[in-house]
Amino acid sequence: MSEIIRLKNISKIYEIGKIKVPALKDVDLIIEQGEYVAIMGPSGSGKSTLMNIIGCLDTPTTGNYHLAGEEVNNMTDNELADVRNRRIGFVFQTFNLLPRADAYHNVELPLIYAGMSRAKRREQTNEALSRVGLAERMKHKPNELSGGQRQRVAVARALVNRPSLLLADEPTGNLDSRTSYEIMQLFHELHQNGNTIVLVTHEEDIAAYAHRVVRLFDGNISSDKRQEPRTGMNGGFAAKPEENGEAA
Amino acid sequence: MHDLTYSFLEGIKIAQRALWANKTRTILTTLGIVIGVVTVTLMMMIIQGLNSSFQRQISFIGSGTVYVEQWPWIVMDDWWIYRNRPKLTMENFQDVKEQLELAEVVAAYTWTVRPISFKSNTIDRVGIVGVTPDYVYTGGHVPEYGRFVSELDNRSSRKVCVIGADIKRDVFDPYNPIGRHLRVGAHSYTVVGILERQGTSFGESNDNYVMIPLNTLLDNYGHHRSLSIVSKAKDSNNMDAMVDELTGILRRSRSLQPMEDNNFAINRQEALTDFYKRMTAGIYIAGLIIGGIALAVGGIGIMNIMLVSVTERTWEIGMRKAVGAKTTHILWQFLVESMLICSFGGIVGLGLAALGGAAMDKFLPTSLPLWLALLAVLFSSFVGLVFGLLPATRAARLDPITALRQD
Repeated sequence: MSEIIRLKNISKIYEIGKIKVPALKDVDLIIEQGEYVAIMGPSGSGKSTLMNIIGCLDTPTTGNYHLAGEEVNNMTDNELADVRNRRIGFVFQTFNLLPRADAYHNVELPLIYAGMSRAKRREQTNEALSRVGLAERMKHKPNELSGGQRQRVAVARALVNRPSLLLADEPTGNLDSRTSYEIMQLFHELHQNGNTIVLVTHEEDIAAYAHRVVRLFDGNISSDKRQEPRTGMNGGFAAKPEENGEAA
Repeated sequence: MHDLTYSFLEGIKIAQRALWANKTRTILTTLGIVIGVVTVTLMMMIIQGLNSSFQRQISFIGSGTVYVEQWPWIVMDDWWIYRNRPKLTMENFQDVKEQLELAEVVAAYTWTVRPISFKSNTIDRVGIVGVTPDYVYTGGHVPEYGRFVSELDNRSSRKVCVIGADIKRDVFDPYNPIGRHLRVGAHSYTVVGILERQGTSFGESNDNYVMIPLNTLLDNYGHHRSLSIVSKAKDSNNMDAMVDELTGILRRSRSLQPMEDNNFAINRQEALTDFYKRMTAGIYIAGLIIGGIALAVGGIGIMNIMLVSVTERTWEIGMRKAVGAKTTHILWQFLVESMLICSFGGIVGLGLAALGGAAMDKFLPTSLPLWLALLAVLFSSFVGLVFGLLPATRAARLDPITALRQD
């Protein structure tokens, strides 16, 4: 197996006025191809910062980051945009679908920015939509789809450019337990098919689906454990009532 | 470059979608641009129309012709000076006619207004022009049927007349006017000719005149009239020489002392052209300023709404960047959107201006050449480009993380 993510001595310090706030302190992390990793931690633990750096949305203050063999820590904004386009598929908590565009166009979007030809785009978009089971709904707009279907459109968008890494930020945060299970099932299938998945969550129930859980506390990795993943819909979700939709 | 055209086309699609979703807002936002474009385009259309009709209308004056009259054509200031001038007399005319060597033809005319009638047809006010026979050689007044006023007509003060095309139509129809008698005031005239149709100038018909011999007019309607003396130059490229000669002859004829000012006006086509240019320059500048202000106000409106749009769609920009949009993609997206709103405003404005132009065509000539239409739309999209720059730059510079965090 080859390394997809290699973080070496990663620090991130935010400067708020004259005060320096360290969000990550010398973090080392290696994620191999085909892994299914959950990153957990309470708010303020550096979880979001780590995700932004892994997702090439932000650069570390110090340290080296290799994504699929490419050193990305010193890249310019436009180079990072290019890396995100080629390497990373994002799934957001709030779906972030264009409300006025249909499912097809939403999924096609990353390929447009990749400058791909129309025919090639159609092929890959159809493939991604089929992958999430929404081939028949490609002409529907987000408001004509259920929450779970919307998130599946978002997953298809994340998959469409065949990324090295699927990066999901609280992907079930806005979903009820039934659809959450559906989405986790989809992630499970994607993992079975060889996709590398990094899941950022603060819910133990969601993290239980991953094969490895990395816990952050106060800017450090406090634990990094492999586990036997949950596969069925037992316990967990059903016991998670009203907080749905508010988790942030 | 491929990337640029690409994002441009893609930007148009995105913009269409965004603008269509906010129809009311788009229309309201465009209003400023619409008003600006209507103003500027309409002004330009009027000026274009005036230009071409002015050229057409003054062409009958002829650039080689000079008119000596008591009054200048354009009186801007002390009109009473002109009022007290001695009239231009038959003696003045005779002197010019005999002495002016640089002229090919010298004619004289004066006019009055009288009612005319034939059988039961009457027109209350018609211009009656008394002319010398040579008048036919000075301008466009050429008979289509019959003949013009002759030397003999004039010398014997004969009661003959040559009528304009409108008079034939309005008074004589269906009769052939030649040889019939037309009543002009208290007198009766035999029609000897019908003039070619001249058309209109400045909204007035040039075909509703009755021409009679000059002496007949003076005899029948009074001698105390100032004449207009028309001189057509042999060489129309050397008008100034003829004007100098003419001035000298008239000063002598009117016994002016060397220190005295001319007490007659020498009117030329140029005077009208100059006046026209001064007048339209004013309209031009006023139009540009008003239109410019309207467009600037419209542009600021566009900028404002685009800034709102950027704020509203922060998450969208963040998402686009997250999935791989580069700075230029986002920049183009918003520039194209702003240009599209403005071009839309430009097209609507152009349509309204065209309608307005058609509506006022009856009393004000307008013309809308293709270049003007294209310019209007291009310029409004340019306004969109300029005023879209700030919001688009702001959008393009958004940090994808901040953009995503905002909900």
